[in-house]
Amino acid sequence: MGIISNIAEGFSPSRRAVLAGGGAGGLVLAFSLGGKGVAADTPTALNAYVQIATDGIVTIVSKNPEIGQGIKTSLPMLIAEELDVDWANVRTVQADNDPVAYGRQFAGGSMATPLHWDQLRQVGAAGRAMLLAAAAADWGVEASSLTTEPGVVVHAASGRRAPYGSLAAKAAGLTAPELSSVPLKDASAYRIIGQPIPQVDTAAIVTGQPLFGIDMRLPGMLYAAYAKAPVFGAKVASADLAAAQAVKGVRRAFVVEGGTEFDGLLPGVAVVADSWWAANKGRKALNVQWAEHATSSQSSQGYAGQARSLVEAKAGKSLRSDGDVEAALASSAKTVEADYFYPFLSHATLEPQNCTAHFHDGKMEIWAPTQLPEPGRQIVAKTLGLAPENVIVHMTRSGGGFGRRLMNDYMAEAAWIAKEIGAPVKLVWTREDDMRHDFYRPAGFHHFRGGIDASGNVTAWANHFVTFGEGEATARSAGMAPTEFPARFIDNYRLDVSMMPLGVPTGPLRAPGSNAIAFVVQSFIDELAHAGGIDPVEMRLRLLGDQGLVGDDARSGYDAARMAAVVRLAAEKSGWGGALPARRGKGIAFHYSHLGYFAEVAEVSVADDGAVTVHKVWVAADVGRQIINPLGALNQIEGSVIDGISEMFGEITIKDGQVEQSNFDTFPLLRIDAAPVIETHFIKSDNPPTGLGEPALPPVVPAVTNAIFAATGKRVRSLPLKAGELVAG
Amino acid sequence: MAYELNVNGKAMTADVEADTPLLWVLRDTLGLVGTKYGCGIAQCGACTVHADGAPIRACVTPVEAIGAAQITTIEGAAGLEVGRRVQQAWSELDVAQCGYCQPGQIMSATALLAENPSPSDADIDAAMAGNICRCATYVRIRAAIKRAAGQEA
Repeated sequence: MGIISNIAEGFSPSRRAVLAGGGAGGLVLAFSLGGKGVAADTPTALNAYVQIATDGIVTIVSKNPEIGQGIKTSLPMLIAEELDVDWANVRTVQADNDPVAYGRQFAGGSMATPLHWDQLRQVGAAGRAMLLAAAAADWGVEASSLTTEPGVVVHAASGRRAPYGSLAAKAAGLTAPELSSVPLKDASAYRIIGQPIPQVDTAAIVTGQPLFGIDMRLPGMLYAAYAKAPVFGAKVASADLAAAQAVKGVRRAFVVEGGTEFDGLLPGVAVVADSWWAANKGRKALNVQWAEHATSSQSSQGYAGQARSLVEAKAGKSLRSDGDVEAALASSAKTVEADYFYPFLSHATLEPQNCTAHFHDGKMEIWAPTQLPEPGRQIVAKTLGLAPENVIVHMTRSGGGFGRRLMNDYMAEAAWIAKEIGAPVKLVWTREDDMRHDFYRPAGFHHFRGGIDASGNVTAWANHFVTFGEGEATARSAGMAPTEFPARFIDNYRLDVSMMPLGVPTGPLRAPGSNAIAFVVQSFIDELAHAGGIDPVEMRLRLLGDQGLVGDDARSGYDAARMAAVVRLAAEKSGWGGALPARRGKGIAFHYSHLGYFAEVAEVSVADDGAVTVHKVWVAADVGRQIINPLGALNQIEGSVIDGISEMFGEITIKDGQVEQSNFDTFPLLRIDAAPVIETHFIKSDNPPTGLGEPALPPVVPAVTNAIFAATGKRVRSLPLKAGELVAG
Repeated sequence: MAYELNVNGKAMTADVEADTPLLWVLRDTLGLVGTKYGCGIAQCGACTVHADGAPIRACVTPVEAIGAAQITTIEGAAGLEVGRRVQQAWSELDVAQCGYCQPGQIMSATALLAENPSPSDADIDAAMAGNICRCATYVRIRAAIKRAAGQEA
């Protein structure tokens, strides 16, 4: 192989063999899940998470990509807890993409905690059981007579003690127990889970060590820029390759025919140079002319016009119809009708998309910041006509993910360019490339009609949702579940959907669907509350009622009792109902997503010129009985809340089939001077722990717009916020 | 042409075009990749370094404009007493999420505290508003600056 990157990580089988045979001073304790333990010097790709050195240092693999959610710390914590080792003696390493060894490896859906809570604790407990068995054999005693203290097996009866490092070699040769059979600790015995533990990469982050995909350097590496059409998928008509190649430092410029899949290799022009600056200068000299494209007449204005027509034509296809909405509306004491809109949004990961690729020995080796490495490997294989086993993907730390890196288009581009050039190549997108070639949070239009009775109870709810798609196929992340709240909580409920064709790639943005649906649903609930003269907290509790779990089970259902509890807690902690100065108000909202129950109260003031300031947000959360790492958990919640507020101030718009924004001057992100104080409270309900990367985001958006209404009497029905519409008087 | 630079107290030579931004000289020519590319137009602050102690955006500073200025990057922050305190506070409070912007945040915070050892909230906002954190770790950035300044929040 002979490739040494400057990012000294990876726990591939070959690297394990090197470690074991190369004087690391210990042996690998490897487990296949439910299978047989193997010694380190067996170069077999089995599920392997733990290595114990003779000096007691324990190396634990983190299987999933780290994108800032803290997974490289929290997953190893689960193993370390049950293995029973001192966290100070734990080192963690990032796994390569290796689905045979590690199963599905991804960062998405806030799924890592629910998927691994049992499994990785069992991996740790199985390792401990093997160490106990090794000591039992050495001492000729029953394993059941042994206990552990962190890093040491203890035989209390005889006072004998053996550090794990002295037992690892023997333990590695034993048969691993069935994972489901190993006993797990009682939570009261936890020493690591539940402790505030800093991220394992913190020291490297604060000293600027190479960690991220964009930091990759390989011997002989060249740099690439890739120009794609502003109209998504348009082909190259002409390009001045000679002009690009005349730029000092440029090695080669060439046209890539590409395909039509947004998440694969789109047409473009590659420029490869000795430095990235030279490559990008060459790219600017290309003067590319793009061919006409079928979607080059699309625009945000056009979508809005079509949506209006579809609503007026009442042309929706029914997704759900309970009771008789029309009759209920006709007999309501009051009805409310409202149109809502939210825009396209960009992910804007601060580390732009990039990828390093090297084709050598018949194999394509990739280093990439990715949330979903295996589909990346498959796309590279398909695009280049390689067998998947000849594509190797190393996961680097990602400078943010937010869903953008679930698509691996940049991986296909880097691989294509590297194969063409025959040298290691690092492709780096400009910020402008990144913002204009995203998979955007889809815009959406909702036409609501609601009815209340004389007591202010909601009697009817109709939502005509106009979104994007063609035929039966909804654009990615542009759908809405027929079970979305308040479905099942209002007797007369209707959800209809209409779709418009879209030439713009869309995809999941942190809390996909929810980040938009919560805004419209929780705003319209507020409208009905005010129409009926009911307090917004009271209205929400009435809607949730006393049903408890609605649906089949905790995974697919909606636990109204858990939600009502967080609503009450958020209201209580925020001092709901107290008096506030003029043009200052509080709003409340709740939302269930990613198995997490969240209610949030925002306190907002609106200046006379319409400028909105969010002063404070109270968060009440129920993500189960155990917070694995409180330090990371709070950070995720605070980040999600501010991220949600940030999303209220920007938009991506389309004109002539192209994105109009290109950088942070036209697509603003919230800065420190606008960041509110955040106060978080957890309810530890008796439910399994669930993830925190996303569910705190959705409620903050309607909490803020509802607070704006409380402060000004003006209902925000369209995002982004426009100060001009909130001016006093 | 060849430029003589002083980076983190060391003399270094970079043979690059005159218009090359310091950011790319640091990252691609000198191998100091701690300084990050985020926007290229001085909007995000990920590329913040010090020139003679003052924070600058390396992405819009051509190498020919550096002259004899002493450049300090995140890799050299620990060589400054204030820089060490800031890094320590960032570690203790575990400020980072993805961590990509944090070198720039730390360099901006270090420049702030070197100039103003006891910043008010408004001072912090003013000095740090040029640095975007996409993960929005602003609550902890504020707290870490106060801790580094010896004013516990």
